[in-house]
Amino acid sequence: MAEAKPVRRRRAVAAQLALLPMAITVLGVYIGTVLWSLRISFSSSKIFPTNDFVGLAQYQRLFNTERWIVSLQHLVVFGVLFIATCLVLGFLLAVFLDQRVRGENALRTIFLYPYAMSFVATGLVWQWMLNPALGIQSTVRSLGLPGFEFDWIVSQDKVIYTLVIAAVWQASGLVMAVLLAGLRGIDEALWNAARIDGAPRWRYTLSVVLPQLGPAFGTAFVLLAVGVVKVYDVVVAMTQGGPGNASEVPAKFIMDNLFNRANVGLASAASTVMLLTVLALLLPWWYGRSVQSRREARA
Amino acid sequence: MSSPAGRRSRVTPARIGLYALLISSAAFFLLPLYVMLATSLKPMEEIRLGQLFALPLHVTIEPWRQAWASACTGLECRGIQVGFWNSVKIAVPSTIASIFFGALNGYALSFWRVRWAGALFGVLMFGAFVPYQVMMYPLVRALASVDLFGTLTGIVLIHTVFGMPVMTLLFRNHYAGVPSELFKAARIDGGGFWRIFFQLMLPMSLPIIAVAVIMQLTNIWNDFLLGLVFAGRENLPMTVQLNNVINTTTGERLYNVNMAATVLTSLLPLAVYLVSGRWFIRGITAGAVKG
Repeated sequence: MAEAKPVRRRRAVAAQLALLPMAITVLGVYIGTVLWSLRISFSSSKIFPTNDFVGLAQYQRLFNTERWIVSLQHLVVFGVLFIATCLVLGFLLAVFLDQRVRGENALRTIFLYPYAMSFVATGLVWQWMLNPALGIQSTVRSLGLPGFEFDWIVSQDKVIYTLVIAAVWQASGLVMAVLLAGLRGIDEALWNAARIDGAPRWRYTLSVVLPQLGPAFGTAFVLLAVGVVKVYDVVVAMTQGGPGNASEVPAKFIMDNLFNRANVGLASAASTVMLLTVLALLLPWWYGRSVQSRREARA
Repeated sequence: MSSPAGRRSRVTPARIGLYALLISSAAFFLLPLYVMLATSLKPMEEIRLGQLFALPLHVTIEPWRQAWASACTGLECRGIQVGFWNSVKIAVPSTIASIFFGALNGYALSFWRVRWAGALFGVLMFGAFVPYQVMMYPLVRALASVDLFGTLTGIVLIHTVFGMPVMTLLFRNHYAGVPSELFKAARIDGGGFWRIFFQLMLPMSLPIIAVAVIMQLTNIWNDFLLGLVFAGRENLPMTVQLNNVINTTTGERLYNVNMAATVLTSLLPLAVYLVSGRWFIRGITAGAVKG
């Protein structure tokens, strides 16, 4: 019995030491920086952090800044269009691929390769393709449609749609991969039973398959939504927030104010708002998943 | 009309429509790749004709040579090869370090009882969703205070820290599937914490390590924001240099050089993707299905 005690203490110590980097990271980086950012957002910091306390003044200033409001509007438009299109397109691609087609592996490789590219590369390629003078617009015009207009990327109201196109091209493959994995987990016997009942394939897909894909859709939605809030690389590469402020997004607003315009307090307030938005998106999902796992554990 | 193996579908209009839809979708996804390659192989005279989809009449690899060796990023005109080697210098240590700590954390969390570990792991998982901008300024100040801001060590540290949530989750989920009898047998054999880790668990985890390498290599290579802020001017990764080459040029824009540079920047992750196939998808779904 006297031998057991030292062994137990020794083994716990080694594990604790090994987990120290994780502890430091969680406490110092993930918790510490968020708290520090929060603290700075309550101060009047400009270039360097100051120690004063101005309450919610930075937040008031933030929501009186037109560029910030505009960036939020753009984020909503971009987010809704991007997520909806990705989910629909990804779902359709997954369903089509699940039909035991020839060349499935090749097709899957083709649908997913854009996700392997960096957002910067994606933004730059689409910027080139949508170039009004030398890209798609001019090509289609020279092919016989002189009145063809596709100069969205330099138009104030339409530039946000070009970002959607590029982002959907990049991310639909991801949704397809997640949903296809979910589809493959659905029992074939269900389709046989439905077929005997005389149900057409599309009806089966809508009434039986879709509900079973609920968790997979949830996962895909959360992945996309978190990406929307963070969107930065593709905007910088494709439009630099322009023309003017027409494609400004919150992440870029924060970066510009943090580094270029030396408005540290304002930027910290903005990033706190960004964090709260992410939390608001995540908490329902987390809650839903924990309820579901509790339900499954009981079953 | 009778199907040979009884499983192959018959040729119906629905089937033809299916293939048509799939092929046109494939065309949409392949189009930018084609445009990238075609543009990069054309001389500027052909590009000025404004025929985006035309095949090059006079194939030239001069744009590639220029992109690699003489394109201008900012004041330097040494091409994007500088960024390539910087990205290598950043990605290799960062991948190794983040995977090592992820495996170590996953191992310690799965097999050893440490009281505070569960709660910290929960917060770590939450940390994976926090936008970088929230943590950016304090991290800049923290690194600057130890003279690591704008250095290679600094950016590797940053990548390791930001890779920890996903890597820890990956390995923890993997080790959760390892039977505990194996671990107990190793303990009875006299194995201690580190010995079991290095001599039993790690060698057993080669498949998941492969998945982790694919994920981290791709994500770190493709990173833009962290490299932009933390790498320092001498270590700017290829993505940052690519953006500089293309979006901050004065004078005439050499679209063929731009596209060549874009392809060069995407070569490594695309190669990793093509070679890894199923493993790449495993990486996505493993990271996606956050337990």
